[in-house]
Amino acid sequence: MVVGVAVGLLVQLTGVTFVGLAPVVMAVIVFLITYTGWTLAVEGRRHATDRFATALIYSAATLALVPLIWILVTVVVQGITVLSPQFLFVDTMRNVNPRAAGGGVAHAVVGTIQQVGIATLISVPIGLLTAIYLSEYGRGRLARSINFFVDVMTGIPSIVAGMFIYTFWILTLGFPQSGLAAGLALTILMVPVVVRSAEEMLRIVPSELREGALALGIPKYRVIMKVVLPTAISGIITGVMLAIARVTGETAPLLLTTFLAQDINWNAFSDSQASLPTFIWDQIARGTQSSLDRAWAGALTLILIVLVFYATARILAARYAPKER
Amino acid sequence: MNLMAPPLITGTSVRPGDRNFRLFTTGAGVAVLAVLAAIAAFLVWKSIPALQNNTGNIFTNEQWLPDADPPQWGIAVLIFGTIWTSVIAMTLAVPVGIGTALYITFYAPRRIARTLGFIVDLLAAVPSIIFGLWGLYYFMPEIVPTAQWLSTYLGWLPIFSNDLDLYTKSILIAGFVLAMMILPTVSAISREVFWQVPKGHIEASLALGATRWEMIRMAVLPFSKPGMISAAMLGLGRALGETIAVALILSAVFEINWQITEPGGNSIAANIALKWGEAADNGRSALIATGMVLFFITLVVNMTARWVVNRRRDFSGAN
Repeated sequence: MVVGVAVGLLVQLTGVTFVGLAPVVMAVIVFLITYTGWTLAVEGRRHATDRFATALIYSAATLALVPLIWILVTVVVQGITVLSPQFLFVDTMRNVNPRAAGGGVAHAVVGTIQQVGIATLISVPIGLLTAIYLSEYGRGRLARSINFFVDVMTGIPSIVAGMFIYTFWILTLGFPQSGLAAGLALTILMVPVVVRSAEEMLRIVPSELREGALALGIPKYRVIMKVVLPTAISGIITGVMLAIARVTGETAPLLLTTFLAQDINWNAFSDSQASLPTFIWDQIARGTQSSLDRAWAGALTLILIVLVFYATARILAARYAPKER
Repeated sequence: MNLMAPPLITGTSVRPGDRNFRLFTTGAGVAVLAVLAAIAAFLVWKSIPALQNNTGNIFTNEQWLPDADPPQWGIAVLIFGTIWTSVIAMTLAVPVGIGTALYITFYAPRRIARTLGFIVDLLAAVPSIIFGLWGLYYFMPEIVPTAQWLSTYLGWLPIFSNDLDLYTKSILIAGFVLAMMILPTVSAISREVFWQVPKGHIEASLALGATRWEMIRMAVLPFSKPGMISAAMLGLGRALGETIAVALILSAVFEINWQITEPGGNSIAANIALKWGEAADNGRSALIATGMVLFFITLVVNMTARWVVNRRRDFSGAN
């Protein structure tokens, strides 16, 4: 058994180093046939089936690792050449010829921080209050339907969120394209994520804490504010960070609500504002080698921001989680 | 309207602070529902102009000329492309996702399981624009030989045949990239479902001498079937609405083409992203109409999937 799996892993690893897909697939198929045939001869049909399934499941798990590693390595290798403090914090794309090297993402970093900041400022209070309603008050049909539709909302395509803000905020209310509109679109994507994670955290606060405080005659809303929320706060912050990581990389809603800009726009309330995802989109569309280099450097910047948020949140969550299943 | 369900633990009297706080939180919850309703309402409302002056049949016309005079457009091509790319993605992602979930829940040592789960979830955090950039410049060159192989040896199957002898920017490649993007969703939900299988069933089957695979086939899979179906559907919901990666990878030809190795294909979301900038008023209204269709399709898919998951959750309170 152990030998078989070791051989399987070895075959797969040597296959992966070819990078091309065909040798890997071939190696796995050859291994599956010989391995299953061998156990069939030695151990019989039931065990051969078991070994075959085991090998398939191991292959699936190995296969699942490939895309992430491949993408991360590519982005780092490609992005590192252009990336510099100058590129990140000083230079913009104003007056930069697409064919020329140089330029930077400072304008996009400003835009991304403002837009995601706006989304966070709006969605954290709404999301937290909804989560409190669901976990502390909600009983009956209204709570059930909010619960259900929050889940459904996590699956709304991001471009639909952008489209809604365009029809509602820009077409109907007549506000201009702006970083604020982009922030509102991100809010729609962020609220359900915040609600779901905050509610989960509130639910695992032991009810003895609530009952103890209530027995002392403290009003329920103060129990929630002073006992339940502080107990769950680390988990809630984790959830918010995951939500931020999720919306920071969104491109589609920004294209409909704020579009592209080449220079720093500090004012999120009017005119187009750049952002990291739309910066990458724009640079890919220009199609020259130097713009592609900039796209990769932008991609590295974006993925670093997202992964730092994501990894910190997950590590915090693992550390403060009350119990592991 | 009875918003006030009885509180869990009843106090002696309702204090004004309590009442206001409760109204406040209820209001936030209702606001979330209202936003969902508003999305539907505004998309329908703003797509009416383009729907009214469309001279082509919206369901059968295979052109996209909403800004022409007279406007002529249909969504058949877009719906076909959206569903076809998603189907390819599902056939690739569902087996791998479920296999990974099985490995994490039943095979891996605890520490490896946690790390692998983390890595697969991390894939969900990679922005779609990066999937698109990488897919276009690094993944595509690697997959083209495979596409050639498929059309050479399996070309007698109509979907693999290739009349152009061009293999880039195809539905197959978009399907592969989409599969990677929905893999974390499928895997995470399946894992959750596998955890809910009663430990008693698993231990009983092993005690009766079942091999590990027999245990999975007889105790785990029957119990988890509805959950796995909804995991696949939630993945489908994500694939249907994915925009930027598809927009970058497909060559966005506006025609119905089953041949997955040829350049071509399109999707509702990708079409919106690509056409939005150049569209005039009626063009945008038509794009909003397609967005409305996408919204309702994903809404139905997600609602069905969630309904199944939630029903299952109620049953297995034991774990």
